[in-house]
Amino acid sequence: MSVRAGERALGKAVSRRGERTLGVLSAIALLGAMVMALFVTPPDAEQGQVFRLIYVHVPSAWLAYLSFAVVLVASIAYLRTTKTRWDRLAAASAEIGVVFTILTLVLGSIWAKPVWGTWWTWDPRLTTTAVLLLIYLGYLAVRRMTDDPRRRGTWSAVVGIVGFVDVPIVHLSVVWWRSLHQAPVVAKVAPRMAPVMAWTLVLSVVAFTLLYAYLMVLRLRVGRLEEKAVAEALSPRIGAAAAKAAVGG
Amino acid sequence: MSVLLEARAIAAKDLRIEVRGRYALAAVLPFAATLLIVFGLALGPGRATLQTTAPALLWLAVLFASVLSFRRSYEAETEDGALEGLALAPIDRAAIFLGKAAAVTVQLLLLEAAVLALVAVLFGLSVGSDPALLICAFVLGTMGLSAVGSLFGVLEASPRAREAVFPLLVLPLAVPVLLAGVKATAAATVADTGAAAVTTRSGWSWLLLLVAFDAVFIAAGTLVFGYLLED
Repeated sequence: MSVRAGERALGKAVSRRGERTLGVLSAIALLGAMVMALFVTPPDAEQGQVFRLIYVHVPSAWLAYLSFAVVLVASIAYLRTTKTRWDRLAAASAEIGVVFTILTLVLGSIWAKPVWGTWWTWDPRLTTTAVLLLIYLGYLAVRRMTDDPRRRGTWSAVVGIVGFVDVPIVHLSVVWWRSLHQAPVVAKVAPRMAPVMAWTLVLSVVAFTLLYAYLMVLRLRVGRLEEKAVAEALSPRIGAAAAKAAVGG
Repeated sequence: MSVLLEARAIAAKDLRIEVRGRYALAAVLPFAATLLIVFGLALGPGRATLQTTAPALLWLAVLFASVLSFRRSYEAETEDGALEGLALAPIDRAAIFLGKAAAVTVQLLLLEAAVLALVAVLFGLSVGSDPALLICAFVLGTMGLSAVGSLFGVLEASPRAREAVFPLLVLPLAVPVLLAGVKATAAATVADTGAAAVTTRSGWSWLLLLVAFDAVFIAAGTLVFGYLLED
């Protein structure tokens, strides 16, 4: 075994250990947030127990927007550099973002039923989130349109940029759409939260962000393995070299 | 300036293809008419319902029909390696985008005039109460729509384009155009009552949103279209 191969194996072991540490950390943080949210915080004065959904609903929404912001940055970086790793990053973040957008909508719906009396209301935030989901489902669909990695990267990067830029306009249009006829009926979350509630919310946002980092690391590794497998399947000989380049790049 | 001249040449080429092929007349317009008829059938013969929903149905028909036009605009480029020819032509990539968007805008505006006449007849929409607002709404809305469609229309040139990806991409992005278009049209076609003045003013404010949408998508298209055409 050459020195370089040894170094590479060592690096891989370290990164795998880092991955596991990140996983354990996010599990601990999530567990802590769960205990705080379910047992330590009091139920809301007005909404009662169902208010506890805020500790998962808000962090999910935060993750959704964080993921798509990462897609935007990675997409711009990909168009400028055409480095595969930026495309891999954008794809991983988009998938996680879609999962958390769906989670946000479902949790919001479950919360809305007892509080507002309906599963769905055409509130600007809800509607924008739904359109956001559709845009990024489109992003993932574009990724499946071609097998050519360059083409897939460029196309999806353009969607990743344009889609994110569109979101504020969609939001504004939905706000106007509602407000020109009637004032929004949906009350905002209580203006001042009890400190223990606020801290629990902060903890669960941190926990979800750690989870995002962990999922990203996993998904990026899967992405690298996918590229390696494709390269090897295409040509066992050349594939080995290409795979090395993919893992390094 | 030369970019605009190049764009004009591309637009002229696309319009010439359209005039000679008559695809819009043969397929897109009948499709839009079919949509309006089935909308009318689905919502029942009640005159009041049809009148209040007419602006929405009008824009839905335009939106769905426009998807066909965008497709057509790039289908013509897939044959005989025409797209490679365009990509290799010594012109600015932005000019190709602007030219194709301009050509499809012209086509859609003609289509919209026909659809509007049809809606006026079928659903009893009074189109005469504020023509200036109506025309501005359609021109601005169509420009934004064409920018989105011409940007992602390139994807139609891919071998696997037959999937439903293109509408899935264009329709959510065009949500602001749909909302602004419907609201401005509703304001422009409202019958002359006391509340008309107020409604019309809110109709004009929607045009601001359309201007913002157009600016963002024309700028975005001009900047990134070159990447889409690269390979």
